[in-house]
Amino acid sequence: MERALRVVMAKLGLDIHWRGVYLVSQFLKDSGMEVIYIGNKFPEQIVEAAMEEDADVVGLSTLVGNHLTLGPRVVNLLKEKGLDNVTVFMGGVIPPTHIPLLKEKGIHEVYGPDTPMSVIIKGVGSVA
Amino acid sequence: MTDIDRLIEDSLKGDKLSIARLISMVERGHEQALYVMEKIYPHSGNAYYIGVTGPPGAGKSTTVDRLVKIFCENGYSVGVVAVDPSSPFTGGALLGDRVRMTIKPKKKYDVFFRSMSAGKVMGGLARTTKEASRILDACGKQIVIIETVGVGQSELDIAQATDTVIVMIVPESGDSIQIMKAGLMEIADIFVINKADRPGVAGILQAIEGMLERNLEIQQMLEENRRKKPEWKHPIFLTSAAFNKGIDALYEGIWRHYHHLKEGSRLENRRKSQLKNELKHRIGIQFSEMLWGNVLKGNHLQQLIETVWNQKIDPQAAARQVVTEWLRDKSWKPS
Repeated sequence: MERALRVVMAKLGLDIHWRGVYLVSQFLKDSGMEVIYIGNKFPEQIVEAAMEEDADVVGLSTLVGNHLTLGPRVVNLLKEKGLDNVTVFMGGVIPPTHIPLLKEKGIHEVYGPDTPMSVIIKGVGSVA
Repeated sequence: MTDIDRLIEDSLKGDKLSIARLISMVERGHEQALYVMEKIYPHSGNAYYIGVTGPPGAGKSTTVDRLVKIFCENGYSVGVVAVDPSSPFTGGALLGDRVRMTIKPKKKYDVFFRSMSAGKVMGGLARTTKEASRILDACGKQIVIIETVGVGQSELDIAQATDTVIVMIVPESGDSIQIMKAGLMEIADIFVINKADRPGVAGILQAIEGMLERNLEIQQMLEENRRKKPEWKHPIFLTSAAFNKGIDALYEGIWRHYHHLKEGSRLENRRKSQLKNELKHRIGIQFSEMLWGNVLKGNHLQQLIETVWNQKIDPQAAARQVVTEWLRDKSWKPS
């Protein structure tokens, strides 16, 4: 039986701007995915959630500049815990010049503020 | 040792990653799912199952978070299965119960939280919620909490899967007409009026107490001369989970029900009665799958539809005909 993609969506760190991650969550849900929305969490909690929920994807929303520190931390912790199969996406306000570095550190794709929803849905969906 | 046996062994030892993968296998209907449950089931049965249900927005997840903390502080290991509805159109779901969990991993509490989407079922449990909770039970969780939006009447109901059912409502759950609606209120062992800081508490409290009194009267009328004391006096707790008020009392109340169940063979009787319903349900599903697999293949169904459409036979008679023919045919086997 085909299983719907399970996506853990989190706001990385303390910033509470929620509309972006909330909208993306709704759209992913409408495209048939199971979205486990966990709100503001730090890397340890995000990885714990990914483990318990047997997530396929982790989506991180960040707008305050913690992407370079906390983003790769999520990737590393996932590897440490044996969750190599989990793909990490990032979205929010991230300087385009940082994107190559983030990808190098294991973030699969980074979606800036103008990214059309269809691109995100297709991108996350292609993980299956 | 095969991979699957290792996975089962690691799960039984409590390894989170393994447990998560095992639950996924069963959820997905993996070809080894039956084997998994076969191996897992004998290890289950030790946990205390608590159900938390009620209308959406009542504060179930927040309350579960608080309860989990108290259980953990008291040294219990806890498993939570939180079921949320899925879209009947896209199959997608927004599983938003976990967001209320405030437990920090560094506290080293033994908690396993799993979100599930209800799938094609309207409210209540998902198809594999029981399996998931049994896996958590077998893998060492002493307390298993199942959280779901309540509807009250299907065999996948939370009352069929737990030892103690907590029904949670809010003052806005309003007028007594709602209370009188069968199902949700009848399955409760414990009532919680959450968000009790809001107006309207007195009204709804009265409505619940009234309902309980009426039920008691009817029960006593039916038993005529035997003025039996009520088996279990349903407590009603007032809480404000968001402000952490009233949860300690609820926690104590839960254990009181547990002790009530442990007296005599109440718990065993309750669980056996649930097993009876579960077996009936599962046997029904087996037959149904067998029927669709063996009988109504290809054109048969289409032809049948045409025959009924052309009014040559009514739907009920058509159904009986199909089953009668099938019973005559000895070549069927379980799928």
